[in-house]
Amino acid sequence: MKVRVRYSRHGRIRFISHRDTARIMERAFRKLAIPVVYSQGFSPRPKFSFGLALTVGHESEAEYLDVDLVSLDHLESLPQQLTQALPDGLTVEAAIQLDQGAASLQQVVKCCQWRIEVIGAPIEAVMKAVSALVAAPQLPLERERKGKTSVVDVRPAILELQVVGPTVHGVELLALLANEDLSIRPSELIRVLALDLREGQVCRTHQFTNAEGGRVEPIDRSNLIAAGATMATNPLAPSAWPAESQAS
Amino acid sequence: MTSVWPLLEPWLAQVQKPARYIGCEDGAKAKAPDPALVSWLFTYPDTYEIGLPNQGLQILYEIINERADARADRAYAPWTDLEAIMRLQAIPLFSVEHHTPAAEFDVIAFNLSAELTYTNLINCIDLAGLPIYSRDRSADDPLIMVGGHCMFNPEPVADFVDVAVLGDGEEVVSELTELIAHQRQSGETKQQLLVSIAGLQGCYVPSLYQPQYSNDGAYIGLLPTLDGLPGTVEKRTVADLAQWPYPKEQLIPLTEVVHDRLNVEVFRGCTRGCRFCQAGMITRPVRERPAEQVRTMVQSGLKRSGYDEVALTSLSTADFSSIENTVGAIMDDADSMGCGPVSVSLPSLRVDAFGVGIAAQLQRARRSGLTFAPEAGTWRMRQIINKLIREEDLYEAVEAAFSQGWQRVKLYFLIGLPSETDEDTLAIADLAKACVKLGRAHTKRASVTVSIGGFVPKPFTPFQWFGQNTAAELQRKVNLLKDATRRANGVNIKWHDPKATVVEGINSRGDRRISAVIEDVWRNGGTFQEWSEHFDMQRWTDAMDRAGLTVEDVVYRHRHQDEALPWDHISAGLHKDFLWTDWQDALAQVGLPDCRWTPCYDCGACTGYGIEHVVASATPPAGGSQGTGQDLATGNSVPVQLLGPKA
Repeated sequence: MKVRVRYSRHGRIRFISHRDTARIMERAFRKLAIPVVYSQGFSPRPKFSFGLALTVGHESEAEYLDVDLVSLDHLESLPQQLTQALPDGLTVEAAIQLDQGAASLQQVVKCCQWRIEVIGAPIEAVMKAVSALVAAPQLPLERERKGKTSVVDVRPAILELQVVGPTVHGVELLALLANEDLSIRPSELIRVLALDLREGQVCRTHQFTNAEGGRVEPIDRSNLIAAGATMATNPLAPSAWPAESQAS
Repeated sequence: MTSVWPLLEPWLAQVQKPARYIGCEDGAKAKAPDPALVSWLFTYPDTYEIGLPNQGLQILYEIINERADARADRAYAPWTDLEAIMRLQAIPLFSVEHHTPAAEFDVIAFNLSAELTYTNLINCIDLAGLPIYSRDRSADDPLIMVGGHCMFNPEPVADFVDVAVLGDGEEVVSELTELIAHQRQSGETKQQLLVSIAGLQGCYVPSLYQPQYSNDGAYIGLLPTLDGLPGTVEKRTVADLAQWPYPKEQLIPLTEVVHDRLNVEVFRGCTRGCRFCQAGMITRPVRERPAEQVRTMVQSGLKRSGYDEVALTSLSTADFSSIENTVGAIMDDADSMGCGPVSVSLPSLRVDAFGVGIAAQLQRARRSGLTFAPEAGTWRMRQIINKLIREEDLYEAVEAAFSQGWQRVKLYFLIGLPSETDEDTLAIADLAKACVKLGRAHTKRASVTVSIGGFVPKPFTPFQWFGQNTAAELQRKVNLLKDATRRANGVNIKWHDPKATVVEGINSRGDRRISAVIEDVWRNGGTFQEWSEHFDMQRWTDAMDRAGLTVEDVVYRHRHQDEALPWDHISAGLHKDFLWTDWQDALAQVGLPDCRWTPCYDCGACTGYGIEHVVASATPPAGGSQGTGQDLATGNSVPVQLLGPKA
């Protein structure tokens, strides 16, 4: 039974790698004795599917993983249990059942929203650079992959970009960046801003899929209610859902 | 105490594997800094991935944190990228729990398990902001202590450290804590404290001993500088492992480390008597953990950690009494816990003790790698090193592995052993080819990886008098094996750099004058010498020249019987004449039985300290006769304390 889990990553633990996260998640399910379906074959592996990698050092309010569980008995309490089995800084906020044939996270996620702190230039300069970038018809970026250099126009991958305001050390940007055939990383966005900027705190705030002309999240509240499903949420999760915090 | 975290954090995104520096492991103790407590910083002088799994440090870390009067943090050598930043930004060596500067601890205690980490030892002392030589440090500076197997010849690092601790640390770490606490209350001087420490069994204070050299520069011995100091420093040995079920909460790292699995020590010590093996000589006698305790530690450890692999560690795990039953019980427990499949790995397997029975138990879950260590290619050579396994034993073990579904086994051999001929070396290739042939009967994919290490004679072994093979000679032997297996399908050869083997030799048997060499190499940038990309033998040979020493004299030369050895003032209990006799027996190809199951030959390790073997079964396991077919029925005068219901 496929289950999708949403979690956040904050604090010191943001320095672990994607691979580390996978190992920590696998161990957490074993600690809780929640049986995961294993692949068949010479070297059976538990069936996990980790979505987009999160860069070492970046925080996130919207990470996802899919896991194939033997039973759904624990789904209600899963977010809370998992959070307790995970190291500090990883907080599971929700878990839902997926259709058996549901598309993978890699397939459905089309873009991500980021809070990006840039350090090294006054806010006026950053605002000017952002305006110029948004107005530019093309943004050639040199990329090196497997020793080969190629130039890619990344402008179409920058869906939205705005300056939020000053931080203690720099300036905060809010960006919506594509994750399809053409994609761009926060570090590359900083490079194409054409200022001598350093990356400060970076946080992924949302991952979005496309549905009926609009953007929805892989675990989305309104979507769930429409489908009539129940969603297990973690009452301990520090970041409440936007809709919920407005209601209360 | 202060924290360097605010200084460090902004740089972490720029370095490789920053998870090395954040702590946060499950099992980490967050005992808050408190000036009233005696504080220890347990440090491994290599990267986090290598250092974190070190069981010795984890054991001491728990014991200290359980004490009401003390606390401990951990530190590891920062990789070169972070070190460069730390030096530029004036960030000192720090603990991973609280990011406290190392110099704020009472004791910085290093584990030295590999000689090639010695330059990292002084680099860490320097990064802490302290003078590297003990004589230059003040009364306010932390004490620098070192322990681990390398400290059975502490002289190469003697000038850098305040205290070297010999043998098992479980008890002495508390005794040291109490002496430091007492010094604080009484206002004793640092010198008075060091003299008290020198009175503890297992503690060597190098500054209180003066080395002596003859007119022609030969080392002739070491003299205490004060009355009342012990002339010989004896090692420590815990009599009963059952009383020390540590680590109780093994550290579970966030990032991948070596030996990344649950590790449970099933026994300490080994009396197989392999003559090249320092560990087997200095950790005597054999002390088994009760099987029931092993089972409990494994079960609780798996539940707590979520690991899917457990290693039963020791110097020769197949010798553990009723190993098959124990592995079976662990597998059964794992099945009933519902955490998913668990694999059991048995490092250090003797081939004569590995049969289809154990193989069948192990393959119930995911098969972990299998490594056997025949060590030498011919029976003649194996008689000389007293590793008395027959070719048939190896073939039976390999057959058992392949028949139970393994597709690859690893074989470990030494080259450069005493009296070795090219015939002995080339026999390694023949054994490997024969093993592949056995495997191919079961699977076309069968392969054998042959791992070749150059032999370094170590202190407190019968081979301590033997002149090490030169780098060129070791390389020639490696090449012989490469040529002999070039066309052998399924045989892969891996070898250790012979130049690194020479440097290991310098640091293994050198005297106190090696301190200057280590300093010289370090000043010329020679850190992380265990890492081939940072290792350069030229730095060492240049430093030896500048110190007026030769590799020929320290490494390649055979020692005389009446020669003073730089570790003669240290004792692992072993009588020097026992070692000499065993060396002569080796050259005469005379074997020595395992005293666990046969009469005591009085090596000194038990009798000297009033301790005995602790084994659950007086019956030798498969291979207990060491391939000699000797009758073991007479073995009843050996001091063996049986575990189980006490009378």
